Amino acid sequence: MKSASKGLVVTAATLATLALLPPVSLVFGQDFYIDLFTRIMIFAIAAVSLDLILGFGGMVSFGHAAYLGIGSYAVGILAFYHIDNGFLQFGVAILASALIALFIGWVSLRTSGIYFIMITLAFGQMIYFLGESVNQFGGDNGLNIERHSRFAALLNLDKPTALYYFVFAWLVFCLGMGWRLVESRFGMVIRGAKSNETRMLALGFRTFRYKLVAFVISGAMAGLAGALLANLTLFLSPNIMHWTRSGEIMMMVILGGMGTLIGPVIGAIAYLVLENLLSGFTEHWQAILGPFLVLVVIFSKTGLLGAAGAWRAKSSHA
Amino acid sequence: MIIVAEQVLNGVQFGITLFLMAAGLTLIFGVMNLVNLAHGSLYMIGAFIAAATFNATHSFVFAIAAALVGTAAVGVAVEVIVFRALYQRDHLDQVLATFGLILFFNEIVRMVWGATALYAQVPDFLSGQIQVLPGVPYPTYRLVIIAVGLVVALFLYLLVMRTRIGMLIRAGASDRTMVAALGVNITLLYTLIFGLGAALAALAGALAGPVFTVESGMGDDLLILAFVVIVIGGIGSIRGAFIAAVLVGVVDTVGRAFLRPLFALVMSGFAADNAGPATASMLIYILMATVLFFRPEGLFPRAKR
Repeated sequence: MKSASKGLVVTAATLATLALLPPVSLVFGQDFYIDLFTRIMIFAIAAVSLDLILGFGGMVSFGHAAYLGIGSYAVGILAFYHIDNGFLQFGVAILASALIALFIGWVSLRTSGIYFIMITLAFGQMIYFLGESVNQFGGDNGLNIERHSRFAALLNLDKPTALYYFVFAWLVFCLGMGWRLVESRFGMVIRGAKSNETRMLALGFRTFRYKLVAFVISGAMAGLAGALLANLTLFLSPNIMHWTRSGEIMMMVILGGMGTLIGPVIGAIAYLVLENLLSGFTEHWQAILGPFLVLVVIFSKTGLLGAAGAWRAKSSHA
Repeated sequence: MIIVAEQVLNGVQFGITLFLMAAGLTLIFGVMNLVNLAHGSLYMIGAFIAAATFNATHSFVFAIAAALVGTAAVGVAVEVIVFRALYQRDHLDQVLATFGLILFFNEIVRMVWGATALYAQVPDFLSGQIQVLPGVPYPTYRLVIIAVGLVVALFLYLLVMRTRIGMLIRAGASDRTMVAALGVNITLLYTLIFGLGAALAALAGALAGPVFTVESGMGDDLLILAFVVIVIGGIGSIRGAFIAAVLVGVVDTVGRAFLRPLFALVMSGFAADNAGPATASMLIYILMATVLFFRPEGLFPRAKR
């Protein structure tokens, strides 16, 4: 119970910081940070969605960037045909990602272990190449999106701050929904299947169905992140679906600490802030980031959250 | 007919390149249970060393030798420094750590050789064409790649099935703990296999250099194809890797060449222009998903203990 309340404190602190960031950065005239953190929160949503199946369900999906792409293309393609109604765009983005996740999950969840990693990767590549070869929507050159999603008079996403808080609201919503899911009976079955699937089957749970539903929810949430990303970049490119992007999202989850909800958010902040700092420092920042990631994996099993906890425990003993 | 024969040969040549990659990958996975995403980086390093050496010395043999030795050395160094800490970890940790290695190697290559592609050329004595069938000329260099691949496949078969080291490799793949308990120096065996895998990847890269582009990140997409190959073939099986590699190479190449004109027969030109290339590039992944759907452990699954 104590660790749950600690998680709550970290979550509240992180969200409060994110909520206060735009006014503070405007005061200091650093509105560049608004864009950066909008991007960070979008990837945080994608990382949370992956963590739902990876951290809680033990399903190592290596094709998660595909849903990011589907959500993004749903917005972009509708905008291409001059349909800029946001409710419709986001509805289609979420629904399309969910449907494709349903199909991919239905096939992939028959396998397990390394085969599951590889088959989800293969599906991710399929969708990547689909985006790359359909010249109608830009092919591998990408496509500009003319304008942001329109939500009637409710919201004007042309303003960076409005987009920021729009993304922030979705992040809070996804964390809340994730929390409800994980704590529910459904979430118990998913977590039970992770630690021992045979036991859950013996208890009479059809784990395949539970895992499939979790997979679909996760895909839909990543699709939402994609729709938000399209609104931030106003550009459609198959590159957001490249397998290395899936690796990055996975890295964020691990970096922050999988199996916690706020962990992926912190991981996304850490990864993208680090990337941003290093790339400002040297053009060869990947030569530093790469070994850093290797060290993180080798020396820490619980991510930044766990490392911080271990450090605190150590210093309180001393 | 001529173009069909040509495309099938292209497919076989591509498949052979994939096999050289996949053979090392499947050995490393089969014996050490290690998912090594950085295998594509070794392919890239091999290609760069070969191209740079060839441009400096104009000796094809010397270029290949330098690529093999240099890359094997890099491979062994990475095994000793990084992978020994990863063998006991789960696949997720291995995927992530080797993902970090990819970022590192891609950037190192950019720092050493620059961001633009390196020019790699076919040596003069291999630059001609040979009549493979009456009226079907085919580039000598690509035939050489096919021949080298077949020789390597035979060599690997003999190595794994007929030598003492091969026996240890097979034993290691089926029960590591037992092999170690019998007093075999398993650490040395791992390093040896890793060096062999790195050399094979370097050979693939060195040979493929003049056919594809030698640039940073060139191994990333090929790596995924090599994984598709070993998953279709059955992880740990060299025979499976060979058959699956040729299958994937031919299906991919022939699909890219003929799917669009085939689609044009039944749909409008515009639709075929979009659907043809799209389907062609997804074809091998569809193949893989189909194989896994019916045979979840690939075509040649490991014998159950």
